[in-house]
Amino acid sequence: MSGRFFAKGADRRIAITIFILLAAAIIVPLLNLAVAPASAFYIPSYIVALTGKYLCYALLALALDLVWGYCGILSLGHGAFFALGGYAMGMYLMRQIGSRGVYGNPVLPDFMVFLNYKELPWFWYGFDHFWFAGLMVLAVPGLLAFIFGWFAFRSRVTGVYLSIITQAMTYALLLAFFRNDMGFGGNNGLTDFKDILGFNVQADATRSSLFAASAVTLALAVFVTWAIVGSKYGKLLMAVRDAESRTRFLGWRAENVKLFAFTVSAVMAGIAGALYVPQVGIINPGEFEPSNSIEVVIWAAVGGRGTIVGPIVGALLVNAGKSWFTGVLPEFWLFALGGLFVAVTLFLPKGIVGMWDSWRGNARALRAASLAEKAGTDPEVAQPKVVRAAARTPGEWLSSGPEPQPAE
Amino acid sequence: MRGNFSTITKIFSASVVAAGLMMSAPARAADDTIKVGILHSLSGTMAISETTLKDAMLMLIDEQNAKGGLLGKKLEAVVVDPASNWPLFAEKARELISKDKVAAVFGCWTSVSRKSVLPVFSELDNILFYPVQYEGEESERNVFYTGAAPNQQAIPAVDYLMSEDGGSVKRWVLEGTDYVYPRTTNKILEAYLKAKGVAAEDIMVNYTPFGFSDWQTEVSAIKKFGSAGKKTAVVSTVNGDANVPFYKELGNQGIKAEDIPVMAFSVGEEELAGLDTAPLVGHLAAWNYFESIDTPENKKFIADWHKFIKNDKRTTNDPMEAHYIGFNMWVKAVEKAGTTDPDKVIDAMVGVSVPNLTGGYSTMMPNHHITKPVLIGEIQADGQFETVSRTPGLVMGDEWSDYLPDSKDLISDWRKPLSCGNFNVASGKCGGKGTN
Amino acid sequence: MKLFRMIGLALLFLLATLSLSRAGEADLRGIIAKFATAKGFSETGAVVHELAATGDPLVERPLAALADGALYVRKADSLVLVGKEVGESVQLFDPLSGEAAGEAAKDDITKIKVNNTLRRVIRDALGTLTLGAKDPAVRLAAAGTMFKTPDAANIEPLDTAIANETVPSVKALLEQARAASVLVSDRPEADKLAAIQLIGARGDRDAVSLLTSVEANASDAVKQAATAAIANINSTLAFWDAGQNIWYGISLGSVLLLAAIGLAITFGVMGVINMAHGEMVMLGAYTTFVVQQVIRTSFPGLFDWSLVIALPLAFLVAGFVGFVIERGIIRFLYGRPLETLLATWGVSLVLQQAVRSIFGPTNQEVGNPSWMSGSFDIGQLAITWNRLWILVFALSVFAVLLYVMKRTPWGLQMRAVTANRRMAASMGIKTPWVDALTFALGSGIAGIAGVALSQIDNVSPNLGRSYIIDSFMVVVFGGVGNLWGTLVGAFSLGIVNKFLEPYAGAVLGKIVVLVLIILFIQKRPRGLFALKGRAVEA
Repeated sequence: MSGRFFAKGADRRIAITIFILLAAAIIVPLLNLAVAPASAFYIPSYIVALTGKYLCYALLALALDLVWGYCGILSLGHGAFFALGGYAMGMYLMRQIGSRGVYGNPVLPDFMVFLNYKELPWFWYGFDHFWFAGLMVLAVPGLLAFIFGWFAFRSRVTGVYLSIITQAMTYALLLAFFRNDMGFGGNNGLTDFKDILGFNVQADATRSSLFAASAVTLALAVFVTWAIVGSKYGKLLMAVRDAESRTRFLGWRAENVKLFAFTVSAVMAGIAGALYVPQVGIINPGEFEPSNSIEVVIWAAVGGRGTIVGPIVGALLVNAGKSWFTGVLPEFWLFALGGLFVAVTLFLPKGIVGMWDSWRGNARALRAASLAEKAGTDPEVAQPKVVRAAARTPGEWLSSGPEPQPAE
Repeated sequence: MRGNFSTITKIFSASVVAAGLMMSAPARAADDTIKVGILHSLSGTMAISETTLKDAMLMLIDEQNAKGGLLGKKLEAVVVDPASNWPLFAEKARELISKDKVAAVFGCWTSVSRKSVLPVFSELDNILFYPVQYEGEESERNVFYTGAAPNQQAIPAVDYLMSEDGGSVKRWVLEGTDYVYPRTTNKILEAYLKAKGVAAEDIMVNYTPFGFSDWQTEVSAIKKFGSAGKKTAVVSTVNGDANVPFYKELGNQGIKAEDIPVMAFSVGEEELAGLDTAPLVGHLAAWNYFESIDTPENKKFIADWHKFIKNDKRTTNDPMEAHYIGFNMWVKAVEKAGTTDPDKVIDAMVGVSVPNLTGGYSTMMPNHHITKPVLIGEIQADGQFETVSRTPGLVMGDEWSDYLPDSKDLISDWRKPLSCGNFNVASGKCGGKGTN
Repeated sequence: MKLFRMIGLALLFLLATLSLSRAGEADLRGIIAKFATAKGFSETGAVVHELAATGDPLVERPLAALADGALYVRKADSLVLVGKEVGESVQLFDPLSGEAAGEAAKDDITKIKVNNTLRRVIRDALGTLTLGAKDPAVRLAAAGTMFKTPDAANIEPLDTAIANETVPSVKALLEQARAASVLVSDRPEADKLAAIQLIGARGDRDAVSLLTSVEANASDAVKQAATAAIANINSTLAFWDAGQNIWYGISLGSVLLLAAIGLAITFGVMGVINMAHGEMVMLGAYTTFVVQQVIRTSFPGLFDWSLVIALPLAFLVAGFVGFVIERGIIRFLYGRPLETLLATWGVSLVLQQAVRSIFGPTNQEVGNPSWMSGSFDIGQLAITWNRLWILVFALSVFAVLLYVMKRTPWGLQMRAVTANRRMAASMGIKTPWVDALTFALGSGIAGIAGVALSQIDNVSPNLGRSYIIDSFMVVVFGGVGNLWGTLVGAFSLGIVNKFLEPYAGAVLGKIVVLVLIILFIQKRPRGLFALKGRAVEA
């Protein structure tokens, strides 16, 4: 079934990605824990923490790819779902500190003590249980996305209007979480975590486990996304992306199609945030920053949107580049990063993976053509690429015709 | 198909592993250098304040090398850019300690950046020198706080305003940016003012967001509050960026320092550099250092700074002095310990005393805070401060405020055998990591 | 304070009785010399009072110099002199005659320190001394000072001044100052009631301030009258407060309009999601800074013209950068509007870092020209000049832009190209040029917005970032592609925000506005003024 929509290479690519991720989930912790630090194969703990963080970003980029690459919804507010998931996890980790805070208060986190809270606010109830926090990691971003999407898609808010109101959403949440009166620690956010599920968050074993969990979750998410996109619903998703009105005229409820993808994507982003927080040790309103959400879009674009693997590659590359440049070229790294974005848009409009595909596609078409010439048959072999070509120019929401229109 | 497989694999593994390897390439620290980490944002919103500190540190390290280095070795600065991004602060701190093997780190500005790196420093056991005035309520074994605690800034400032010289202020506006430093400082000040007999209706507290730029409503509210027939002053904990529009609005709405003075804790020479200060003459700031201080040490420091930065117009400010003190303390402690090993240096630090730039000595106390004079200055038309009041002696940084109910019983003493950052004198127990 | 007041009272009493026998110049010099030995602010204050008590108009010069921090003691001979800084050295003048007294290096003289309290004492002292000055403005200032610092001893000098006064506005203020002084004196109740009447008629905050302090310790009848007057003033002020909120809202709206109007062209008309818009604003602000630097060093006299000079330059600089961006990057991206978001985001990072590398990361000082400083009153409404000029400026930019778009051939071509590129091209319009110039126009307008915003905000590399989100909100709220929408959007968001702020606080107010925008877009998915089109998608 999916074979019709995906060239064989793509199917195989998903399998390879999942395989690499699962392999990394086993090998990296092994190399970190079981190999002596002097060995050439040893992976230092901070690299484990760092790559674990990148994997969370990759999961976030993948979540965005589901809505942007396959459904044409450019969300400039995915950072909000990520941060909400992170906050839910952060609240659990805060509650685990117990009486080990600086004031030794068994119930209230430190920041509440010095802001004179007398008792735990109601929305902190339950977060001392991991299962509850886990549920909230899924429920809070999911619910917000559902409600937001319910109204927005029903009112047929599309295109740039949708992008801007998602940005307004994350900006409003940013301001709200900055407020110390909200009970989420204000600008300082939640930090100074001690334990997760009884294990010390700073221990190498915990770090490695978190890395493994991130890798496995990402692998799972790749599989789920691939399954969604390859299903009948996936076709509908792309139909909505490419011609929403036509899909509607055919009797489909476009708003529900979008709503499902948007909610699933938000939940994925929330999980990414929840895995991210224990690995970096802090969650603060800065994660709601609209520029963060824009960066996610950039990761997806650099890697190639609508390709599942692309956003992952993009997130890993851009973040690795960022880590590297900020250390090597502290004064000039923004030139490098800015230049990269411009260069990618100009020279790799379909992203790294997309470009690879068209290059492969061209090569194969040429080869097929020359083969066909030899055999004297019609070079129809490369035809599936046409379908994919349509799938690779998503997001043409600003101009419905071939020529640029006044923005709608 | 083969090509497809291998290339995709390559792209993928390149991103997961290569990124890591790029950084894990073991930095072979030559044995004849000691590395010092500098962790200040060079881009993003905080670059405006922090870049200067990076330059100041580079200058101090240069000077130390010119003097022959430390323990017979050269010092080498490792500069990274945490880009005003708090998780990135933690990542970069880890990189400095694990990869670059620095002996100590000088860095951070905002409270949240410090909070973000704290666990890293205690886990990897290294030293952080934190040079900015902050809200207190913290004392960590691995951190030395060379900036002011609230009692080294806020309380003397309010005392001055209440004095006859300061205008016998009776009514108070506590105006701040909504984050932890203003919140805590204002909590302490409110408690302090009430203890001094100020009625609740004579205190107005207001918070604005970061980078706030439209101050019309707030300034007119201050004007209104000030028209109750009692001498009124504003105590401002407004943060960096928002100050320029705030002062511009004050000037334009004609609030003169003689009528309603504004006492600021986050406005230094650097912030005033972006302002025409003529309409602001007489507004106040409380710091532990002013560029205008007339001492030989300070004159030399300013001259060196101008030479280093190659610009005669660049100002010096309080956090720079804090780094100056902190760096010299570290040098002295390393010499005393005879090693850069963080554990030994931490123990050697307490009691180290070095000259500050205001004509005295600053000493590292057992609570990892330092002693400083508190200066109150008035803004002058040339963008400098003129000291109008100075505490008679040195003030010791009080990490746990006596005016907050939950911290008044806590003390910090990192000397053995107590070695505790939050010892509760009421219960006689260490609430922190010391015994747990 | 008490000490000052007591000395002041005593000396003013002396002044009143002995004003005929003025101290000689030698005596004045004797008193002035005491500044050299005075220790601390209170001793200096005592000397100030002694000087003021002589009642000699000559003391105005040294006192004014002291208030400005320009009174020095020469270390060599402990002589007190007025100084004027010229570069590294200080020119010295005699404090009484004003004759030049040579120059001195900064190290050879000590400045006599003043603080707020002292400055206020001097201001009050000068107030009584300058009551008889020739310049009506000085007399007005003196009367204003005396109103704010009422003192029973002031009544008599004020009576004389009122009798001699010819300018009605000064006279009115003198009478109010006298009334204020009557309230703190032990005059009969009837006088006080009349005074309350007079002050109540002022109807401003200063009147409330004065009456509140009187209310606290007064006889019953006076207290009642004062309370009634305060209540009366407060009810009028409540009305003015609403007016003030509207004005603040309009003023915020004009800032939003300025920030967004360039975006209304590049994003609204051309459909480029221009994330580098804020950086164009920043470039304009830095152009202003550079212009002012040049003027400060080379043509100090032109300072008041600096903004006028900066305007065209900022337009050209930002416009040129916009032109380069369009030719270099954006023209390859037409038909792929989303990618413009990524590319312009990259451009914005580069521009920010470039400015940071060139000018340094710190704030740069952009001064207000004199015509943009200060405020004036309409009734009880204080309107600051810079806000008013920004409003006027924003509206004129809007009007000019509207004219260009609707009434010029260029505007026609612009609209034609964006409406239907191929059709326009086949009509002979050079579409690439029109694109480039339109983008340059939008960027240039962002640049001149930067000139205006430099007057109220930080000039730092982060300047642009703080406006970009608000700008997008305004354009989208108003309706993309419609200039009128941007205008209405900016002002309605500004006013709503400022009405919410006093009740909800600045943070919550802004959150509410954002939520309102989100809800509004649900109701009208194409913004306030949607473009009407045939497309089924619309």
